[in-house]
Amino acid sequence: MNYHSKKLLKLNLATWRMATVGSLLLAGLTVVAARAFYLQGLNTDYLQGKGDAVANRNLTLPAQRGQVTDRHGQLLAISTPVESLWARPAELKLTAAQKAQLAKVLGVSASDLSKRLARKTRGEFSVQRPVTPEQAVKIAAMGVPGLHLRREFRRYYPAGEVAAHVVGFTNVDDLGQEGVERAYQDWLAGREGQRRIQRDRRGNTIRDLAPIKTAQLGGNLALALDLKIQYLAHRELAAAIKTHKAKGGSVVVLDAKTGEILALANQPIFNPNNRRNYQPGPMRNRAVIDTFEPGSTIKPFVAAAVLERGLLHPGSVIDTPETWRVGAKLVRDVHPHPQMTVSEIIQKSSNVGAVKLAMSLTPQQYWDVLHRSGFGQLPGSGFPGESAGRLRDAASWKPVEHATMAYGYGLSVSLLQLSRAYMAFANDGEVMPLSFLKREPQEIAGVRVFSPAVAREVRAMMESVTQEGGTGLRTRVPGYRVAGKTGTAHKLVDGRYAPDRYLSSFVGMAPASNPRLIIGVVIDEPSGGVYYGGSVAGPVFAQVMAASLRQLALPPDAPETATRMTHNTQPAVARAGGGA
Amino acid sequence: MSRLNVVLLLLLIACALALIQSQHRSRTYFVELERLKKQAHMLDEQWGQLQLEQSTWANPARVDTLARTRLGLIAPPNDRVRIETLTAAP
Repeated sequence: MNYHSKKLLKLNLATWRMATVGSLLLAGLTVVAARAFYLQGLNTDYLQGKGDAVANRNLTLPAQRGQVTDRHGQLLAISTPVESLWARPAELKLTAAQKAQLAKVLGVSASDLSKRLARKTRGEFSVQRPVTPEQAVKIAAMGVPGLHLRREFRRYYPAGEVAAHVVGFTNVDDLGQEGVERAYQDWLAGREGQRRIQRDRRGNTIRDLAPIKTAQLGGNLALALDLKIQYLAHRELAAAIKTHKAKGGSVVVLDAKTGEILALANQPIFNPNNRRNYQPGPMRNRAVIDTFEPGSTIKPFVAAAVLERGLLHPGSVIDTPETWRVGAKLVRDVHPHPQMTVSEIIQKSSNVGAVKLAMSLTPQQYWDVLHRSGFGQLPGSGFPGESAGRLRDAASWKPVEHATMAYGYGLSVSLLQLSRAYMAFANDGEVMPLSFLKREPQEIAGVRVFSPAVAREVRAMMESVTQEGGTGLRTRVPGYRVAGKTGTAHKLVDGRYAPDRYLSSFVGMAPASNPRLIIGVVIDEPSGGVYYGGSVAGPVFAQVMAASLRQLALPPDAPETATRMTHNTQPAVARAGGGA
Repeated sequence: MSRLNVVLLLLLIACALALIQSQHRSRTYFVELERLKKQAHMLDEQWGQLQLEQSTWANPARVDTLARTRLGLIAPPNDRVRIETLTAAP
């Protein structure tokens, strides 16, 4: 096969033509190669980036905030996704008709909407946050440029104001602001995840480009709270505040065996689901943050201190004149008796008697008992802003202060702290650490404050408070033995004790044979004419205690009192009773 | 020699087709997985909303009012309550 041998195929071409064509082709090739090198070699990062920008997406995987439930799993706080309406002013184009329609969908006036949309901000701003699912569908259908919906989580509180002070609330950025939401922010908040994906031109995800960093969901939290008891406490407190025209008040319900906070209600209240018109006053958890002078509710600690030293017995008789002078201070009893036993001093809440008992101790000895009971120290519930109260050092006490301290002036406590201290009497001398979270019984180790014998003796004295001759007759609970102590304290206003402003309190426990619940009640400035702790705070205690004992199905320890004391026979009873 | 080449060629074609097939299947499965993930997410959200709804209906304040007003229920007075003490089982 030799071409040159065939004449026909022999071609006579000028060499310059060959050279021209050849060099042209070569030049073309060089241009293409150079361009290819330019794109592929020098500019590759830029172009690759452009391409990826079209096909690849970085997704943020949202982390849902954990739920808060009560001890039985009833929901107290939950995050759920909602749509909110955002506007980008630079792109916003809205015809008059569309504006009217949008105003109608959002349920606002057209002028109001114009005002909202007129905001001159760089970037975007929220028009309505959140919108309902129905509104979201209608707005999406309108397809207005510059308006878009964004999906975000919103926190809901199904129990509303009933548990608001304990649960607290979050701000728009999902950060806990108050209560448990703030105390356990780190646990409740999740961590956002990341995912890098490639999409086809129809927007379907084709593949993952990097290992998925899964979102870490927020942890759930089961509180010690019992929503039913919480509701009862809330309802009874609200009713009492109304009846006695009081400024405020608090109720604390503790499990005496575990230190768990079963209910904690305050007045005034606020609604955590309505984020507008927030005021700091109603949001304050008074039972934990506010302190007050405890008044006579401190007297059981005086009795315990005296009994502990073995100087007196509950039955020891003490002279109690109507008045008693300590320095310049004249201590006075409202219902004087010439002689009382230690037990009767507690039962009738004698100031003179309490002062004489306290003065038989040195300041250091009395201070020691108060200090051991937790006064002047943080109660340790972990609640944000919890108050330690005030108990001054014994070395700085003047005799007058030593005396007033015996009936609860000169030191301050929070209701939670006071109720916690009563746990020593309820629990045979042992105080369990407080907890807002549900706890297993085996996790708990208590602190011994009094010997079991002293705790039982003081408890017996406090039981006499609710019996004939005591100050707490209206704290009785049918079917159960109740022990407790009333308190009525003058309020300190501008450094002076106001003669007509009171704090009425009651702290008690039941069933007294083996207390399971401790309930503390404080009513701030009752102004309906009645102000004694036993008459104002007492009935709240009795109602909440009766309902809670029934709720927990605790067997009555004094069944014989059940029928004798029924006072709530309403006309409806006979009819509803039917044929039992 | 040439017969071996033909066999190898056929094998190569078969492999190529299998690769295409498996690639396609992987894509379809991936799309399906994505769809199910999205569905699971949606069901999760729905579950949350149902929980919210349930707890709103079961709100003690609401149950209390309804029981009193609509059903006319009252707490039994104490003289109508009988306490039974459980004796130890034999």
